[in-house]
Amino acid sequence: MPSPPDTREVILEARDLTREFDGVKALDKFSFKLHRGEVLGLLGANGAGKTTAMNCLLGLTLPTSGELNAFGLPLQANRIQILQRSNFSSAYTALPGNLLVWQNLSVFARIYGVPNPKKKIAELMELLEISHLSKRVTGQLSAGESTRVNLVKAFLNDPELLMLDEPTASLDPDIADKVRKVVRKVQRERSIAILYTSHNMRDIEEVCDRVIFLHKGKIVREGTPADIVAQSSSDNLEDVFIKIARDGEILDEPKKDSAV
Amino acid sequence: MNFRIVSALVMRHLFLYSRTPMRMVELVFWPLVDLVVWGNVTVFIQKNSDEKFGGFILFFLGAMILWDILFRAQQGVAISFLEDVWTRNLLNIFVAPVRTAEYLSSTFFVGFLRILITCVVMSFVSWIGYSFNIFQLQWWLVPFFLNLMVFGWALGMISTALILRWGQAAESLAWAVPFFIQPVVCVFYRVEDMPSWSQPIAWLFPATPIFEGMREVMKTGTMSWSHLWVAAGLNVIYLTLAGWLFVWVLNLTRKRGLLTKFATQ
Repeated sequence: MPSPPDTREVILEARDLTREFDGVKALDKFSFKLHRGEVLGLLGANGAGKTTAMNCLLGLTLPTSGELNAFGLPLQANRIQILQRSNFSSAYTALPGNLLVWQNLSVFARIYGVPNPKKKIAELMELLEISHLSKRVTGQLSAGESTRVNLVKAFLNDPELLMLDEPTASLDPDIADKVRKVVRKVQRERSIAILYTSHNMRDIEEVCDRVIFLHKGKIVREGTPADIVAQSSSDNLEDVFIKIARDGEILDEPKKDSAV
Repeated sequence: MNFRIVSALVMRHLFLYSRTPMRMVELVFWPLVDLVVWGNVTVFIQKNSDEKFGGFILFFLGAMILWDILFRAQQGVAISFLEDVWTRNLLNIFVAPVRTAEYLSSTFFVGFLRILITCVVMSFVSWIGYSFNIFQLQWWLVPFFLNLMVFGWALGMISTALILRWGQAAESLAWAVPFFIQPVVCVFYRVEDMPSWSQPIAWLFPATPIFEGMREVMKTGTMSWSHLWVAAGLNVIYLTLAGWLFVWVLNLTRKRGLLTKFATQ
């Protein structure tokens, strides 16, 4: 019997997205849908096309061909309107290190037009357990503190779409665990659609509802983390990741004793 | 254009300047060094020339203050952009709902504030130290100020576009671009003193009629309106072309995927 049509609201959709750099395809007919309230993990080895995909989705890089829509609107033509409802955090960007934490957050609260910004910033800082950092110089924060400040910035405008690029990179297991829990809590409370990249498979298993494995710009696996493991001969997601990274389009047969 | 966003971006620079007094010192220190050198040269020439020429030579100080208006406006745009590059904040800005016009407007306003600070200090010191009153230019000072500031903004956009295109390796252009044009805009000498083949080139820049006008006002107390109209017309052309260049380069970096590399390098 065919499965019933998916009626969930599509927040972000890519259709046949292709991006070439000097004749090499970093993304090759990449298509996916991200629904409201869903966390989609984008996985792949270095150079698989995750960053290119993220950059295209943020409008930082234009695709060579294909379509990109967010909230039902073409991304390029409605970039500002879409960015007002979205946010982004990456381990590889920083808020200006020479300003105090509250100053940086106040600037972004004003950019996003956050009503009652002081209260909002205080609430989010409390949620991420960093209220004590408010008057610290941003550039003097530890990696864990800096990541959590970036997350406060990312949650400031109550985004409906959030893109998180390796949010737990360089964090110790304790802080990484806290970050994952907060992301999941806020995401569930506010039904945020999140696109999540990480090399940490624990992150993916804990946070993501569904994952896409990319290899040389193409989707080679898609499904829930549990389904992907079950459909492979591997015991866990990390092994699947390693096999895809080394062999590309894996030809494993599903495990015969799969529980799923 | 959303003025809330422009004010947020300006606020970020005000926080920065309030937290790093060295940036304020930079706004005042180099202009003062220039002022002292030119002021002393002026005093030396005054003492060794006849009365008429000695009075006229004060135009050096006027030229220096007006040149600083152009230079600080250009720096306001270019350095504001570089501050975002240096602090790896550019990506945060480009993925926020900030229009290019809003981003540029905030840098224009920062340029305006930089000019105000520098000019107030220089005008005061030149008056106290060298008895040179910039307000002897009377109300002509207003169109001089506006025209030089707008040309500085245009040069700032051109510098920024070039840095965006060629990456941080081209950072020095943020300081160099105004000095590329300084020899031909006749800051310290008249157009007619230039080699005849280069005189038409001088008139291609809106700063030239302003510096010519300044000398005319200091000498006669008035100036030809045509100088102002030429400067304003050229400024409209420069500002439009510079804005177009910036947007074109920004789109080019997006097309080539260079923007992210540049913003995170």
